Amino acid sequence: MSTFLGIPGIRRRSDGATGGDAPDEPFGPVPHPDEPLRWGDAFPAAAKQTLRDDQLRANLGHATRTIRGKRAAVVGEVPDWEALRDAGSAVKEQVMADLPDLLARLEENVTARGGVVHWARDAAEANRIVTEIARAKQADEVVKVKSMATQEIGLNEHLADEGIAAIETDLAELIVQLADDMPSHILVPAIHRNRSEIRDIFRRRMGDAPEDLSDVPRELAMAARAHLRRKFLSAKVAVSGANFGVADTGTLAVVESEGNGRMCLTMPETLVTVMGIEKLVPTYDDLEVFLQLLPRSSTGERMNPYTSLWTGVTPGDGPQEFHLVLLDNGRTDVLADEVGRSALHCIRCSACLNVCPVYERVGGHAYGSVYPGPIGAILTPQLTASSGGLSGSDDVNSSLPYASTLCGACYDVCPVKIDIPSILVDLRAREVDADRSRSAVDPWRAAMKAASWVMSDGGRFGVAGRAATLGHALGGSDGVVSHAPPPASAWTRSRDLPAPPKQTFRQWMAEHEKDGGER
Amino acid sequence: MSAREEVLQRIRAALGQPGTGTTAAGRVGTAPAAVEVPREYRTAGDDAPGSEAVVEQLVDRLEDYMAHVRQVSPDELPAAIAALVAELPGAETDRSAPTALVAPSGLEAGWLAALTDDVVVHRDTPEAPLTAGDLDALDAVVTAARVACSETGTIVLDGEPDQGRRAVSLVPDVHLCVVRTDQVVQTVPEMVRRLSAHPERPQTWISGPSATSDIELDRVEGVHGPRTLHVLLVSPR
Ligand code: SF4
Repeated sequence: MSTFLGIPGIRRRSDGATGGDAPDEPFGPVPHPDEPLRWGDAFPAAAKQTLRDDQLRANLGHATRTIRGKRAAVVGEVPDWEALRDAGSAVKEQVMADLPDLLARLEENVTARGGVVHWARDAAEANRIVTEIARAKQADEVVKVKSMATQEIGLNEHLADEGIAAIETDLAELIVQLADDMPSHILVPAIHRNRSEIRDIFRRRMGDAPEDLSDVPRELAMAARAHLRRKFLSAKVAVSGANFGVADTGTLAVVESEGNGRMCLTMPETLVTVMGIEKLVPTYDDLEVFLQLLPRSSTGERMNPYTSLWTGVTPGDGPQEFHLVLLDNGRTDVLADEVGRSALHCIRCSACLNVCPVYERVGGHAYGSVYPGPIGAILTPQLTASSGGLSGSDDVNSSLPYASTLCGACYDVCPVKIDIPSILVDLRAREVDADRSRSAVDPWRAAMKAASWVMSDGGRFGVAGRAATLGHALGGSDGVVSHAPPPASAWTRSRDLPAPPKQTFRQWMAEHEKDGGER
Repeated sequence: MSAREEVLQRIRAALGQPGTGTTAAGRVGTAPAAVEVPREYRTAGDDAPGSEAVVEQLVDRLEDYMAHVRQVSPDELPAAIAALVAELPGAETDRSAPTALVAPSGLEAGWLAALTDDVVVHRDTPEAPLTAGDLDALDAVVTAARVACSETGTIVLDGEPDQGRRAVSLVPDVHLCVVRTDQVVQTVPEMVRRLSAHPERPQTWISGPSATSDIELDRVEGVHGPRTLHVLLVSPR
């Protein structure tokens, strides 16, 4: 490509182009993958790569430290935080148990208020539905609110293939889109970029960025405001995700900060919302739990600047045509797993990423999925189960459950109390089983195959030790746990659990750094 | 099978309901146990709605978000609004043009009574709504509010005639929002339960001016929504 036009959203799927230094090549190290839930090398190899990037590690370390501090402060001031977590966890459990009824209720209520409900078995079907709506409105451009569901289905790339530009309007998503990069965090997708990198991206790619743009965050934000303003005021179609959908009333909620969400949800004539089927809450009043848990856990604020709630179509106010796309795309496979199904309780706050010692060092790209970090390690393999994500050595996603020290910090901060370490352990065992059923592969080797560096002993990270109950202390001299106390005993009865290796993440890092020095 | 039927059938299979086939990965799950939701969390604060303590807390939280707060009596309100309008920055507007405001159709006329003659007020009505371009050219919007929560510094607009449709409080760069102290509650559950009488109304929860922390987690106030938020807290005498 000789000229970059500075128009985001028109890029098509990468044909394997590498990131590079040539002026017209992508800034990012990550060309857009065909599969947003499965790209790049298996985790250990990918992590080895990203660990060489000192800038990335510095950016991430600073960002996660900042956000951890903010979260701790605002969670600390809520006297009933644990009671809120208990309620949030139980409500989500209830949602999963009643899912068919609740979805039918949501559909009925959205329809009664003038909305149109669509169902999508998979990404392709959801993409087709959104494309048809945009086509019917003769839109060659749609504005988008940051949404994990639409990233998961690769909507932007699909629309680009169909000649429709999807404009990301969240500042971080815009940065990622302009840089031709992939997000590396579910809340702050450009967390791997520092201010001067962002200034360079804007200068080279935005088209209308001021010549003398500095790297002061305020100036950068104002450049984005000016760039997007006209689009907001003229767009015909907007696409969003949803943080919550209320079954009893048909109300949908989007939580945001910048006002780009309000713009997209208010100004265009047509709104299309793509929502995973697990995003429900039964009643409107249940929002009183989640709208306390989410902002404090995610941005570390008492409340995010803006939350929009809407129910179907309101005559004379906002979009007069509303479509809701209910997305499965592997969620029912997750739901079928007795242990793993609680991964569907996730409200995408990203707190587990920010406390994870592995994430902090390797960054989001190493996980090869739009869902990185601890939640990604349990969700991605399960979501891709129907295409082999869980089934052993021949799928890159099956190494993801090893991307953890089992230190338990993720469980401690999770606002809906998802027991990520236990699910990780269960998925590891599953993966070993899958390999064993192939019979040619030694389960121990299979477990460690991709992950010679898997770390243990969370105590070394200063985080008190679920690891002690879950792994290291259990290993016999052969490195295999054959009898474990509950909850692990439930599955050690039928199979041996590979114990985490003696090498800690720190040691592994130290070795790696030595390698790096010799390079 | 339609997509709807198939997704619902997969869910039933995942939940182990008999005779429903399998999920896409060929699975049949087990039925989850019945769930009792514990609701031990606070559903009301220590301080009564409208009390001095909650008002003080609201002011503190809003200022923490870099919103500007003024406490006034009902009599002082029109003059307070006029004073804020007189000081509008107008950095992005042509200062030779008169200051122009938008007010939703149901906003109390008395609130705008002290504005100077050179201020133009556009009333946005359902019959004659302003266009996006019109709104973009205006300097500020004045609205009422439905309810506010002190612990989180949140003000909710629900689109009733004194608050207007959502675009009106979104596009202008300055938002003057009038909140009565009897609308202020301490906790989120108290706020949600006031709103749940009309869940169908389009709501905007506002906690300070728009902001972003996307660049090195450094907070910048004022992005796409109004960059300046003035809150006028009106206490009955
Ligand atoms: S798993 Fe829990 S902590 Fe992690 S993103 Fe989801 S809700 Fe947040």
